[in-house]
Amino acid sequence: MTQKQAKDFVRKVDENIYEVPMDFQEGMRVPGRIFVSQKLMDDLETDTLRQTANVATLPGIQKYSMAMPDAHFGYGFPIGGVAAFDARDGVISPGGVGFDINCGVRIIRTDLEIGEVRPRIKGLMTELFNAIPSGVGSKSRLRVSGSELDDAFTYGARWAVESGYGVEADIEHCEDGGFIDAADPGKVSERAHKRGKPQFGTLGSGNHFLEIQEVDKIYEPGIARAYGIREGTITIMIHCGSRGAGHQICTDYLRVMEQASRKYGIKLPDKQLACAPANSREGQDYFKAMAAGANYAWANRQVITHWVRETFEKFFGRDAESLGMDLVYDVAHNVAKLEEHEIDGVKKPVYVHRKGATRAFPPGHHDVPAAYRSVGQPVLIPGSMGTPSYILHGAERAMELTFGSACHGAGRVMGRGEAKQKFRGEILEKQLADKGITVLATHPSMLAEEAPEVYKSSSEVVNVMHELHVARKVVRVKPIGVAKG
Amino acid sequence: MNTPRFEYLPHPADVMFIAHGSTLEETFEQAAQAMFGVIVHNAIREPDRSVDIELESEGLENLLYDYLSELLYLFEVDELVFSRFQVDSIEKTGSIYMLKGSASGESIDTGRHNFETEVKAVTYHQLKVEKEDGGYSAHVIVDT
Repeated sequence: MTQKQAKDFVRKVDENIYEVPMDFQEGMRVPGRIFVSQKLMDDLETDTLRQTANVATLPGIQKYSMAMPDAHFGYGFPIGGVAAFDARDGVISPGGVGFDINCGVRIIRTDLEIGEVRPRIKGLMTELFNAIPSGVGSKSRLRVSGSELDDAFTYGARWAVESGYGVEADIEHCEDGGFIDAADPGKVSERAHKRGKPQFGTLGSGNHFLEIQEVDKIYEPGIARAYGIREGTITIMIHCGSRGAGHQICTDYLRVMEQASRKYGIKLPDKQLACAPANSREGQDYFKAMAAGANYAWANRQVITHWVRETFEKFFGRDAESLGMDLVYDVAHNVAKLEEHEIDGVKKPVYVHRKGATRAFPPGHHDVPAAYRSVGQPVLIPGSMGTPSYILHGAERAMELTFGSACHGAGRVMGRGEAKQKFRGEILEKQLADKGITVLATHPSMLAEEAPEVYKSSSEVVNVMHELHVARKVVRVKPIGVAKG
Repeated sequence: MNTPRFEYLPHPADVMFIAHGSTLEETFEQAAQAMFGVIVHNAIREPDRSVDIELESEGLENLLYDYLSELLYLFEVDELVFSRFQVDSIEKTGSIYMLKGSASGESIDTGRHNFETEVKAVTYHQLKVEKEDGGYSAHVIVDT
């Protein structure tokens, strides 16, 4: 099917909402729903439509197979894919979570004014770069025992805080309190343990980063105040995931699911969509292992947060408390959650898969931290290293339209190979420096792969969610310093 | 070393490659070479460590998935950068395929090795091992 033929099937149902009808592909149980602007629709690849349709063929899928505005071609589910499956009759699929389980992002506020930081940004970035191991093959400063690793798999950010890496308020400001209680490290293979241990407390590589930002625009002063954010101050964003531990958990269970799909007679349009009934042994084993992977990622981000605070304390000669370094929020991008959603007027438990998507619960939802409950959950949308990031709040139509989900970033438009041919790291570094952005990377080619031009416009993507009242803009932040793995 | 028989294909986010070989064994070796070509670029000295690899999988695609996943695991856990791949045999008994071989390389030295892109995992997406004129091809997408 050509791009045009595929798009001829797609029907606009409302502003920023397109439907992939059930006759797009054989076996679809529900239609697809793509949340994009006209411009983003024009840029959408046929493969992304096809992957959205593929997901719609899986047993127990509810309402729609969805793609967020930053959606692009991935493996199995598209990146930016959201789907909910009936907890009794539906499936769980590692392809709907991804290899980097709970790759996610957190933002830390500060009372530091931009004027205090900008003149010293190079020195600060160098200190952060030295304090937080990043890049392929980097070694962690953390030495954990086998039982500590199991505790991290079980309790996530809570383990980290109880081990001295952070404060109690950090946990309250993480999605789900920084851990999924279904986790069972006994379902995590020896191999995943072995990959997780040396990489615990490392940032990783690729699109993962640590960024110092300037709060440059406030859209909703009241909500920004609730999140503790003031214009002209600086914030710190950390984007990383579950490292080799999560990758191995997914690798292991994809093999298990490959067999399970055959055993349970599930017809798959793509092997990467391998899955098992949610209530089967294989389905539950994966869910418990995936939860452990997610917890590892929360613990990882928490440990890194602690080192960021330490670095700031040393650099500015003041303690983290007086610098006002509170965690605003931490969201997961690649995760499956057992949640209750209202479907056709009936509340029921579903496994919501968010792959390259962020939870975006609205005001009043009981899973939103008490301090933010009246305004909705913070939704963190990182830009690329030269473009703004946004903090949104989960808004009123999120539950009705997207199972309480929003986009997770800008979404790639160009492959890494092409980017490396097109851009040179050293030149990019200079261009970003001219824009007042200090960038440190383990290798210049890493910068080329992550050039701002390889991503869609974060503003365009965010506006779709904003206009649909799924997640509304609260704050815009601009990078002034970026550390890349 | 023989001329590489693999090529990288465009992909918006991940890395896709196709490897060829006149035998299945050579095709697997080329796929491994292609995957490590994504991770590290530079002159690796004469390998000084070697690891034996023995795997058993149901189906040829699963064998390739397991083989490449095994190499990634050894890279991270034993901290070995591989530069030579030897697949001695791939034998079939019923639907089970058995692979025997080895991979050689050297310990990670972040001061000297130029790491390029982190490969998180091998995916099943469009994973194919096919017979073609004069041999076989393997089509692989790795998550980066």
